[in-house]
Amino acid sequence: MSTLTALARAQAVVAARAQPVATVRHLHVHDHPMVLIPLAMAGEANAPLAVMAGTDPARPRLLTVTQPRNRDDRFAFAADLAEILLPYADSFTTDTEDVAIDRGKDVRQRCVDAPQIWVPNPGGVDFLRLFGRYTRFLKTDGEYPVVAAVPLLGRWLTFFANSAEVPGSSLLVNAVQALGLHWVTGQSSAEDAQFGVQLAWIESGAAAAREAEKGPVAGPATDPDFDNRVLAPLIERAAPELPAVLHELLLPTWERMWRALALLRGLPVGERVGQRWDADRDAFTAFSRHLAEGGPPQPRRDGAVAAAARLQRLETAAARYAVQRAFDDPLVLAEYRLTGAAFAGVVTLANPDRVDDSGKRPVLRPRIMVHTTEPVRVEPGTSLTSPARPSQKARVISVNPAGDGWDVLLELSGGMGRKLVAEPGSVPAVGEHLTLTTLTEAYRPGGSLPEPAETPWTHGGPPVVAPAPDAGDPDAAAVPDAGDPAAAAVPETAAVSGDTAGPEAPVTPEAAAGSDDGVSEAAVR
Amino acid sequence: MELPMVQSTRLDQLRGPVRAKRHNARTIAALTGNPGCDRRAVLDAAGVDKLKLAEQVGFPGSFGQSRFALSRGNAFEAMLKADDCALLREVLAASSELAYQDLGADHDDTLGDRHERTVELLAGARAALVDHPLLTLDVAGQTVYLEPDLIAWAHHGRLQVVEIKSFAIIDDQAESAKVSGAAVQAAVYVLALRQLLERLGRDPALVSHEVVLVCPAGFSLRPAAVVLDVRKQLSTLRRQLSRMASISVLIDALPPGLTFDLSLTPEQLTAALAHVEPRYAPECLSACELSVYCRDEATGSTAALGRTVREALGGIETVGEVLALAEGRREPSEDQAEAAALLRAALRLRSEALS
Repeated sequence: MSTLTALARAQAVVAARAQPVATVRHLHVHDHPMVLIPLAMAGEANAPLAVMAGTDPARPRLLTVTQPRNRDDRFAFAADLAEILLPYADSFTTDTEDVAIDRGKDVRQRCVDAPQIWVPNPGGVDFLRLFGRYTRFLKTDGEYPVVAAVPLLGRWLTFFANSAEVPGSSLLVNAVQALGLHWVTGQSSAEDAQFGVQLAWIESGAAAAREAEKGPVAGPATDPDFDNRVLAPLIERAAPELPAVLHELLLPTWERMWRALALLRGLPVGERVGQRWDADRDAFTAFSRHLAEGGPPQPRRDGAVAAAARLQRLETAAARYAVQRAFDDPLVLAEYRLTGAAFAGVVTLANPDRVDDSGKRPVLRPRIMVHTTEPVRVEPGTSLTSPARPSQKARVISVNPAGDGWDVLLELSGGMGRKLVAEPGSVPAVGEHLTLTTLTEAYRPGGSLPEPAETPWTHGGPPVVAPAPDAGDPDAAAVPDAGDPAAAAVPETAAVSGDTAGPEAPVTPEAAAGSDDGVSEAAVR
Repeated sequence: MELPMVQSTRLDQLRGPVRAKRHNARTIAALTGNPGCDRRAVLDAAGVDKLKLAEQVGFPGSFGQSRFALSRGNAFEAMLKADDCALLREVLAASSELAYQDLGADHDDTLGDRHERTVELLAGARAALVDHPLLTLDVAGQTVYLEPDLIAWAHHGRLQVVEIKSFAIIDDQAESAKVSGAAVQAAVYVLALRQLLERLGRDPALVSHEVVLVCPAGFSLRPAAVVLDVRKQLSTLRRQLSRMASISVLIDALPPGLTFDLSLTPEQLTAALAHVEPRYAPECLSACELSVYCRDEATGSTAALGRTVREALGGIETVGEVLALAEGRREPSEDQAEAAALLRAALRLRSEALS
């Protein structure tokens, strides 16, 4: 928590109203998003109770499970959800565009648009991830067959849930996080996790937020009191009015979701949001292609190399996202100014024609002097960037106290054209206000990783191919590790086996007590 | 228990003429989660029903448990313990000859008896599974009974805590909040067992710091056992328990005649609560029945916004003070000077960017 954001929280308390922490919108908001509100049964690992979903605010579709512990009901629910979600995802795969790669020597295809799913909170994302994990290994034959759309749904849900982990991705968005990026409330962040309360702080203020605490919940967890009083009797007698009750429970959240979307649409979009949505479209294109080519489902767990590669991608994305947000939004950049990683000042001297001819070839190296009253915590030799000219580097030559602040002498390179005379406007002129920061958008190459077959012994050695899957038990299925197809990385041919559990699970009962669902149903009834 | 007569009478007086609420591992874990909260320490020591108290003063919290969750937990436990614990033995890789004894099944209300039988059984330290033992723990100078939902597994000359939980472990992963909660509770049991052995003059290290967590694996109720190392939780717990101000000091400082008798009016109870210093933090909302009341009381304090916010604001107590310092309406004290400068800069930057 930065002091700037903490101060905004303090202001929100006094104003009894949420306060902005962004001046632009930092995520892509789709013209036709799908809103999906999952509701789960308490206590169970991942038993769906209901989902309200759709792309039209006026026509929510409600799917319910009358007996959440019944496997057939759960399978039917999965098939119904697939019927909603798969056509939506597929509708974006047909129109593609050409994108130049390899400096224009080649082109590749990219879908012109991609799906976007909105859930109320991080719990909703977790629910979809688990439901994806549950359904993607289900078999269309054998003892407990499901329709083909169900494992496909599982793979799509896993794709969306994985992309939600990528900082800056907007394929699967949770409203709490999206709103929290742009407003802070006058309560703790733990309390913000209640979507209805958070939205009330933004829309109407503190008093309305207290009122919203009374519910209804935004899922996926239900209120224990509601469970005991309303739900349990209905489920016990498989009451026909259950859908109506759940519809009434979810409708307020459904309406709030669309209001949250409208609120976010009202903000001007950040300049670099489009770039990130392009990356999302790339990921979507790669995954839909992977599916079309009959690629295997995502593994239960990544192998060592795939996991390291994924971590590296996430770290790169996080770093890029932080820089892009700061460059897009002066209020985000202000946080860096407060900590000394950026400062704003005025150009007092400029020598735009300075040429450095000490090397083999003369090069254009203009120098400017920037006067600032903000703390400067950079050493000579540091490279700085100005969000106004992201492709230009400014190397700090000297920092000297002057008047009520500091004079920073900078030497510029890049972003001025190819001649020995700078393009007009490419060198900051005297009097220009400038913000300089140590943040940079420059590409940072990641470390190189070995092929999975060459995984060193320190990381468990090359993955072993697991024994043939037991058809009746989706849990025991060995799944080929295809890496993350969304990353379009080198496909990995390894497999994950159950014995990579690590030291935390030395006791592994190999003898499963019956099949996966058989036990739960037998024991629960 | 071991308290002098005078003090135990004082605790009875604080509680009023009802039966005392008993401690369990959860309450102790919560207590040590916020050791600076005198209010919770006093109310728990006196065994006041905080849920009812919160309702009385008009700030009911929702601390119910869903019937669905309960029935799943019970079903899982029943399944493990069926047929003389066949499945539990299997998952623990324990011998089928191991004796199983359930101390909770007797339903006698004399805690002393049950505790003595626990001591007797555990002192024997034969290979056995001992269900529902009754343990004691010293909390803030007071000995409290613990009725843990645990199985003490004596084997190879050691005692190990076995905890049965019904949250799922999927692909060797479980919800971290639930795992850490289970680990803290297990640490409470380990500590209580160690204190017991110590009192018996035996080596407390016989109680393993590795506890066994038995949970359903995957999407079914098929059990899996996972070993958790709770050394870290144990040392935290010990430190927090030693830091907790002695209850007797706290009680002595209270005005004579103070009581939280639930038959009092809400106004009287609110006035009584004001005599015991709380320490509210947002984490209380998930751990303490009285938290909604304390939150209301803490409105306007920076602590109510969370520890990180408070720290980012330089540890300044109230929101009003923060804004006054940021706007320069108030002269900072010497130790506030640094925080005030940062706040002024922050406000300037915010206003500049938002204008």
